[in-house]
Formats: sequence, structure tokens, C-alpha cells
Amino acid sequence: MTKERRDRILLAHGGGGRLTDELIRHHILPRLNNDTLAELADSAKLNLDSKLVCFTTDSYVVKPLFFNGGDIGKLAVCGTINDLAVAGSEPAALSLSLIIEEGFEFELLEKILAGISEAARANGVDIVTGDIKTVEAGAADKIFINTAGIGTRLDDADLGLNRIAVGDKIIINGTIGDHGMTIISQREGIKFQSQLKSDCAGLAGLTCELLRNTEGVKFMRDPTRGGLAATLNEISRGSGLSVEIREADIPINPTVQAAADMLGFDILNIANEGKFVAIVSRESVDDCLNICRKHPLGKEASTIGEIVETVDAPVVELVTKIGGKRIVQMPYGRELPRIC
Amino acid sequence: MLEQIYKAQRLMDAACKKMGRPINIMEVCGTHTVSIFRNGIRPTLPKRLKLLSGPGCPVCVTDQSYIDSVLQLADHDDCLIATYGDMIRVPGKSGSLETKQSSTNVKIVLSSEDALQLAKDIPDKTVVFVAVGFETTAPATAVAVKEAAAEGVDNFCILSGHKLVVPAMRTLLSEKNHNIDAFLCPGHVSVIIGFGAFAEIVEGFGRPCVVAGFEPLQIIEGLGAICQQLAEGKAKVQSIYTAVVTKQGNTTAQKIIGECFEAADGYWRGLGLIEKSTLKLKDKYSRFDAVRRFDISEIPAEDKSGCRCGEVLCGLIEPPECKLFEKTCTPDTAVGPCMVSSEGTCAAWFKYGRERCR
Amino acid sequence: MCLAIPARIIELEGDRAVVDAMGNRWKAKTTLLPKAKLGDLVLIHAGFAISIVDEEEAKKTWQLIAEINDFRDTPNKVSG
Repeated sequence: MTKERRDRILLAHGGGGRLTDELIRHHILPRLNNDTLAELADSAKLNLDSKLVCFTTDSYVVKPLFFNGGDIGKLAVCGTINDLAVAGSEPAALSLSLIIEEGFEFELLEKILAGISEAARANGVDIVTGDIKTVEAGAADKIFINTAGIGTRLDDADLGLNRIAVGDKIIINGTIGDHGMTIISQREGIKFQSQLKSDCAGLAGLTCELLRNTEGVKFMRDPTRGGLAATLNEISRGSGLSVEIREADIPINPTVQAAADMLGFDILNIANEGKFVAIVSRESVDDCLNICRKHPLGKEASTIGEIVETVDAPVVELVTKIGGKRIVQMPYGRELPRIC
Repeated sequence: MLEQIYKAQRLMDAACKKMGRPINIMEVCGTHTVSIFRNGIRPTLPKRLKLLSGPGCPVCVTDQSYIDSVLQLADHDDCLIATYGDMIRVPGKSGSLETKQSSTNVKIVLSSEDALQLAKDIPDKTVVFVAVGFETTAPATAVAVKEAAAEGVDNFCILSGHKLVVPAMRTLLSEKNHNIDAFLCPGHVSVIIGFGAFAEIVEGFGRPCVVAGFEPLQIIEGLGAICQQLAEGKAKVQSIYTAVVTKQGNTTAQKIIGECFEAADGYWRGLGLIEKSTLKLKDKYSRFDAVRRFDISEIPAEDKSGCRCGEVLCGLIEPPECKLFEKTCTPDTAVGPCMVSSEGTCAAWFKYGRERCR
Repeated sequence: MCLAIPARIIELEGDRAVVDAMGNRWKAKTTLLPKAKLGDLVLIHAGFAISIVDEEEAKKTWQLIAEINDFRDTPNKVSG
């Protein structure tokens, strides 16, 4: 009985009693060590520098839980940090909610908590409040995580779809498709060995630097689910303007491209977890690229296109490597491996 | 690369001038259709060179009765459907394999070997492998059937939807569409059958046939080579996909196809019954044939929806000429396979082209 | 109607191979190519090698092949 307790999650771990207490005090607090969380109050009391805040939430259900370059824990922290970052804010605090399936191994939970802790520390953000629930075996797929985040808006940030204008340039801080193809490479039925590595990382350090040192950033978004294609279509639709990007200028790791080719996937539709797209004024594009390229997360930053006039309806177009043109559609939402 | 593109474009311009009328070239391969769109090749061609998309999309030319049979089998508790991802979203009368996937009776596989392995791993289920594709993919199915026979994997069977390209080209020219001046022939089918297989199209119908790969430069150079032939009033078989295509093809693969399959008459969506155009398992392997195991009838479904996929597949109309295109028929609400299949002309047109890229 | 990409055979036992495409390793069968040997560049379709690839001709056809030489020269060319 005691051995079971140590090895796997029991329903009682989510019951709010002794086992929950044990879990929090012996496994969670030591890793996510900060005064606010240690109070274990019903709500965290925060002193924020500004009344202008950004607030976001995301849930994480990625499979496999562990992948080259990260894990569900790291993803849960970085993903929410990035939503705050691209909104022009500096992340101040995160919440952490865990829904764990009965029988989940403690060893794996420890690894995930380590991932969360490292990512929070690396990005200078505290997890200040949280929740744990357990569900019966079969009612959840191992573990689901939700994080919510609050950030203080930077004075220098004035971001909005309505600021975007014809002639603005589109930049991205690095290669696309890395995260999604890494995950896919480790999925059941598709598994293949590779050097692929997720680009999972917190971008707030880079985005804040960009916003503090240049004036021309008008809008940012992180191309997660649906990839670059979804993000550019959202920007086009939201601004009412058209987008033109150049295939030759989109940074892609050849290994990632080859993996996508083997499965028949379109890299533009594949998720990224350490990338952001920024719409910047033409005059500021060189400064923006310089700032990005000096930062570890922006070494391969590129201008991939620009905002152009709309003819009948806003559209995203790609200029191909041979000088042709095609439309980039909003993806369906699921890439299927093909042989044709 | 630019030099080669200009050279090909000059050949195309010269041919258009010489012929004094629009030139119609049919690309008989869904992967060519998609590559042409994805690389934005159409706008780089002379206006009088028209590219017709042909019936080379295995999903598109699969009759609806085939999909309905698969969906019915997916409902059997003791059946497990193993399929390439291409077939997942094709609609039948009662939904698609995608809507059935939640019942876990459907598994996406990357290879016929994966399907066979599933049968070995789950002996109390009958694994039905959805075997669609042209001559490129048929050998893979044949290998799996042979291995199943050798190893006694009796809970494995295939529903063959394999089709042959040349009989379809023959039917197109003789019955459906006489306005095809030449063919851009499928690169990877040719790896298997050899470019010599297209000789009968050249000799029987006097149409140039050029085999090209799928990179944009290959396609443009292929079109250039076709135009050169047309301008010279010639018709011959040619291959520019020299890295992998030979005249005789992959004889091992051809032999394996011949061991397991025989050519049978079969229904092609849009083209109707074509003689000796589909592959049926030989009697020797009948126990691995889902048609015989489950007594599946092969009567083609009657389509009353107003879908004009058939005419699209023959190159007779372009997708915008179908009343349903973009209105009731979109990738998310597809009526016909040409819109659902990732290689379908309608899907490619909707996804990459439409008016802007004409 | 056929997605196929070039990959190099890096392991071969009977007709069971492991092929490498720019650092991605996949299982493939060489049943249809009995003459295939270790080190060959082959065309892979649906888990099967269907043709040996003539590398000189391939350079003209596939941009990827041309990049293979670059890739080999810069072994750290992966993201992360």
C-alpha cells in the first residue's frame, strides 16, 4: 500500500486531504519555490506595476508528454508566457492547474514538475497559485495542464490589428515547423527517429527588448496550432488587408522539411512554440531584425513578406521559389499523412 | 534554374505560335496537379497553354460504393480498418472514416506493412487494408499480401481500389475528351511501369507523352519538352525524370503485381466502366480479398447531388464551372472526392488558386 | 498520385532497411529493389524503396539532394 502511494497517483491525491497536502508540500512547493505560492492561500495577492494588464489562459494536452526539446510542463509555461509576450506585456505571474489520471506514475509527474520549474525560472516568472484534481482511470489521458498568466503592459507597446498598414513588413524570429514535426515524429504509428527538436521557449525577453528599443512594432502573434498559415490568415482577416510572403525567405530547417515531405505535410500549417510573427513599419524593419539576431531566440530572424493592398477580399499569397503565386489557406486543423 | 525556366518558356511560346490555337496538355497525376498549384506554375505559362487535370487522383476516381463498403466494414466490431491518411475525409453516404475514427476501429498507417503488423498484433480482429493507389502503390500491397500468405496471417485482408493509368488515358482519348494534345505523365507511376508503357498512347493516338518529376523545374521543363514535340509535329515518349525513371521500369515490382493481381474491368468515378483498368486479387489469394470475404457488391453508386467531379476528372470542365464549387462544395463541406482529396483538382483550385492565379 | 522522397540506406538486413532523409530515420522495405545495398540513395514511397536514385541526375531534379552536401558539411545545422 505504501509503495503504491509512492509510485502512482491515487484519486485521494486530488481529494483536498492529507494526500493532496503531501503532494503539494513534498513535490510541488520545493520546485516552484516562491513566497506567494508558499502561502497556499485561496487566491494569490499580487502587486503589479501597472493597471494595464494582459491576461491569458491555455490548456495543454500534448502527446507524447515528453519530446526532444521539452515536455508538457515546459510547454504549459512557455505557451502562456508567449501569449503575454506577443500582446506586448511583461509576464508577472502564472497559475497552474493539473488534472491527473488515477494511476499516473509519480516519476513522470516529477519530470513534468521539473520542466515547469525550469521554464518558470528561465523566464523569470513565478507560479503563484494552483490547483490539483484527480480523475478516475480512463477519464483523462494521463495528465492535462492549464496555465493562466497575467502580465503588465509595456508603456512602449501599442499593438493592434488596426495599426497594420499597407507597406508594413512581416518578420519571424526563426525557423518554422520544428515543434510540430518533433511531436509528430514521436507519435504512435508515425514514429521515426530524428534529430528534430522542439523550439519550445519563452519569448518575453526578446519581445520586451524589441518593444523597448524600437517604435515600429505594430502587431505580434505566436504561430502555434495551425502554424504560420493560420496566423497570417488571422492577421489578414482581422486587419482587412492582404499578406504577401516569399517562400524563399521563410527560414526552414532542411531536416524539418524532409520530415514533412516524407509525410506529405505542409510546413506552413505546422505548430511552433518558440516563434513569433511581428508586423513592423518599413522604416523599423532593419532595427527589429538586428535586435532579434543578437538574441539567442532570434538568430535566424527574417523578413518573410509584407502587407499589401487588398483587391476583392483579404487574402494571404505566397510567391513561390520559381516566381509563381499561390494562395495560403487557413488550414483545416489536422494534417493527415499522405501517400498521394 | 532561371535559365532552364526561360528556355522551357521559349519552347512553350514557340509551340503556341506554331499551332495557332490553344494547346491543351493533360497532367495525369494528382501529385502533379498539386505541385503545379503549390508552386504557382500556371501564371508563368503562356495564356494559350491550358493545363487540364486528369483522373490521376486515386481518391477522386474511387467510386463512392467503395467508400461506402469501407464505412460499412468499419461498423463491424471485429473489423479494424487500416488506411492511408488520404482516404480519411472522403465522404460516403453516412459520413467518412474521420467521423468513424472516434470509435477506434480506424487506424491511419503509412505502409501496407504497418497494416499487416496490426493484424499480427491484434489476432482477434480482421484488419481490412484500404488499398487505393495506382501502380506506384500496388506493389506495396502485393508484398503485404504475399507475406500474409507465407506467414499465415489469416486475419488480414485488402479491399483493392488499385487502378491502372494507361487504360484510363486510352478511354479518355477514345471516348471522353478528344481535345487533349499531349500528356504530362506521372513520374512515380513511371518508376514502376517504365516510360515505355506510354508507347501505346503515342502509337495509337499520336499524342506526345513526357514523363516528369514533381519539382517545379521538372514540370516546367516537361511542358517545354511537350511543346517542342508539338511544334515539330512529332509524337513520342520521352522522360526527363532520369534520376529514377527507366524505359522498362521496376521489373521486380511489376512481377510482384503480376503474382498477386490480375487486371479486371472496374468502375472509375466520372469515367464509368473501363476495361482491364483495376487490379483484383488472383484466386490464389482470394482469402485475403475483402470483396470475397465479406461478399461486397461492386455496383457503382448513382450520384444525384449535382456533383460534376466526373467532368473535372476528364478535363472537360474546370472546377469553377461546377455550380457547387465554392458554394455548397468546399473542403470542409465536400460533396465530391475532387474537393476532399488533397490531390483533387477542386481542392487544389479552392486552396491555392481560384481567380487570382488564373 | 505518389509522394516519394529520396533517402539513403544506412542499415540493411535482408529486405528490412533503415533509411535516412536529412537526419530523419525511417524503416523501409527493399523487397521491390533486390539490388539495393547499404549506402544507396533510394526513392521511398509508402514505406518501400521503389527505385535507386542516380545521384548526379538527382542533383538536377531535387533541391534537397543539393542541400545534402551542405548538410553534411555543417553537422550542427539543426534548430534548438
